[in-house]
Amino acid sequence: MFPDELVAELEEIRSCFPVAKAAMVPVLRRVQEDRGWIDPEARDWVAEFLSVTKMEVHEVATFYPMLYTEPVGKHVIHVCRTLSCDVCGARELWAHLEKKLKVERGGTTEDGRFTLKSAECLASCGTAPVMLIDNERHENLSLAEVDKLLEATK
Amino acid sequence: MKASTVISGRFDTKNSQSIETYRKDGGYETWSTVLDEKRDPDSLIDEVKASGLRGRGGAGFSTGMKWSFVPKQTDKPKYLCVNGDESEPGTFKDRQILEFDPHQLLEGVALTCYAVQAHTAYIYLRCEFKLGIATVKAAIKEAYEAGMFGKDIHGSGFDLDVSVTIGAGAYICGEETSLLNSIEGVRPYPRNKPPFPAVEGLFGCPTVINNVETIANIPHIIKNGAEWHTKLGCPEDPGSRLWGISGHVAKPRWVELETGYKLQDLIDGPCGGIRKGHTLKAIIPGGSSSKVLLPDQVARVTMDTPGIRAEGSSLGSAAIIVLDDSVCMVDAVLNLMKFYAHESCGQCTPCREGTPWVVQVLQRIHSGKGRTVDMDLLLDIAHNMEGRTVCALADGACWPLTSIVKKFRHEFEAKIVAAPSATSSKVASA
Ligand SMILES: Cc1cc2nc3c(=O)[nH]c(=O)nc-3n(C[C@H](O)[C@H](O)[C@H](O)COP(=O)(O)O)c2cc1C
Ligand code: SF4
Ligand code: FES
Repeated sequence: MFPDELVAELEEIRSCFPVAKAAMVPVLRRVQEDRGWIDPEARDWVAEFLSVTKMEVHEVATFYPMLYTEPVGKHVIHVCRTLSCDVCGARELWAHLEKKLKVERGGTTEDGRFTLKSAECLASCGTAPVMLIDNERHENLSLAEVDKLLEATK
Repeated sequence: MKASTVISGRFDTKNSQSIETYRKDGGYETWSTVLDEKRDPDSLIDEVKASGLRGRGGAGFSTGMKWSFVPKQTDKPKYLCVNGDESEPGTFKDRQILEFDPHQLLEGVALTCYAVQAHTAYIYLRCEFKLGIATVKAAIKEAYEAGMFGKDIHGSGFDLDVSVTIGAGAYICGEETSLLNSIEGVRPYPRNKPPFPAVEGLFGCPTVINNVETIANIPHIIKNGAEWHTKLGCPEDPGSRLWGISGHVAKPRWVELETGYKLQDLIDGPCGGIRKGHTLKAIIPGGSSSKVLLPDQVARVTMDTPGIRAEGSSLGSAAIIVLDDSVCMVDAVLNLMKFYAHESCGQCTPCREGTPWVVQVLQRIHSGKGRTVDMDLLLDIAHNMEGRTVCALADGACWPLTSIVKKFRHEFEAKIVAAPSATSSKVASA
């Protein structure tokens, strides 16, 4: 189901732990990087790879905000909503993105290009407001910079 | 106020992340000496105990003491887990260490593992730290290649394996027992204590869990000695810390200072004061899970454990959130309570039900539909959460909530009096 190099990488992750199951979160993240989200087929593959039940994978995958058990757009944007960002420009950023992308929090644009998600404190509070595009951090954002970043994310 | 460079001294060095510059600055000499001199592991624990170092993750527990709880005689393997989940709102200090001086952390990992005789360490990083993860992984590779990790290091017979593992966006995984379950690959609900992780932790084995910044202090303490450390800052809570200041100061930033400085001096000096045209309203001094301070408290508080305790708050993760007069405190606490409601793992009823209930009540007040009983209701819900749950997340929600409701009651009242429903409820009860 996965290319050999990826399987080799996943095996290496698994080898760091005394029990295979402990590789669960890193393996799911890596699989998600490859497929965009953790679809049922990927979940079942991981269960077999880690010698656990599908339910055990499901229990973990559905717990974490950064593991997606629903399809997402081509690019995922996370905007921090927590206090330090909230009082330093995140509200304007939110309003701008929702208007520009014509989506609400959690939604995906009509063309499937962006999913806009809300994040809790991203540990960049001193450089608020902050967002991640495909897990790449962007800080001290002005609305003009946001436009440029979106433009550059094809 | 004393600026310091114990932890951050190399951040500006060119290629500070590489083992080459780290060794040029004397890095790994302490680790090599400990191995070559075959130091008694217990002597390292004693040194750290005597140094007065307190954990930098939030709870402020004595690090040496924690290590001493690890059983000496055991057939089980022992583990070190480094807590790099860094998710407490306002906190952005560990990330600086991960991104700018990872070998300092890794030397600390080696020394800590030696002290408690653990041969495996996991560095747990939140997955949003893309750069930090890459930097630490590259540094681990270098450390293996340089013979600092691996089998029979320096011919000492001591083996050490170190790897990175990751979280996936859940605040609760920073709680130490949730972190263990997260690593084990099960749903990361916090565990009941006892048993404490030092006795029964990862995979049921003795485990030390320490914050990134705590571990980054270890090479300096072993190198310079406990006495050196006790002389930094406040004698009852000595050391040098990375403080993160966010919100409404002219210059939000991190800064390294010895403990025992005056908060007001930090705000007025390195942070450039409150942003122009505004005045200070409140400071949450130790990450979002600490009790709020009013301006008169800010003016007199010293930043160390006894000093902040005297004002009824805590240093937590040294994350100082500054709010000026543009902020509505109902709005601010609503923002924070949404955080706790979102991050509650759902395991205990008071926390699972209480945190969203608090959000509902605050939303009602904020939208102008509050009732006069709502402030007492908030305090009552908090009373029924605090101290009644498996982990401290619920307590962490209650502390900002109750302190803000009590200290800014007038702002809540103003919203409620302004609400049309307040009049009708008064009529109804009359
Ligand atoms: C809800 C919750 C979240 C926490 N998050 C973190 C965190 O992100 N990083 C951290 O180091 N400690 C965090 N802690 C504290 C840890 O449980 C633990 O006390 C700490 O990692 C121990 O390390 P230290 O003694 O070096 O501070 C959290 C605690 C709670 C209750
Ligand atoms: S207090 Fe809240 S977060 Fe902690 S274990 Fe209970 S439900 Fe989970
Ligand atoms: S509050 Fe947004 S990064 Fe911390």
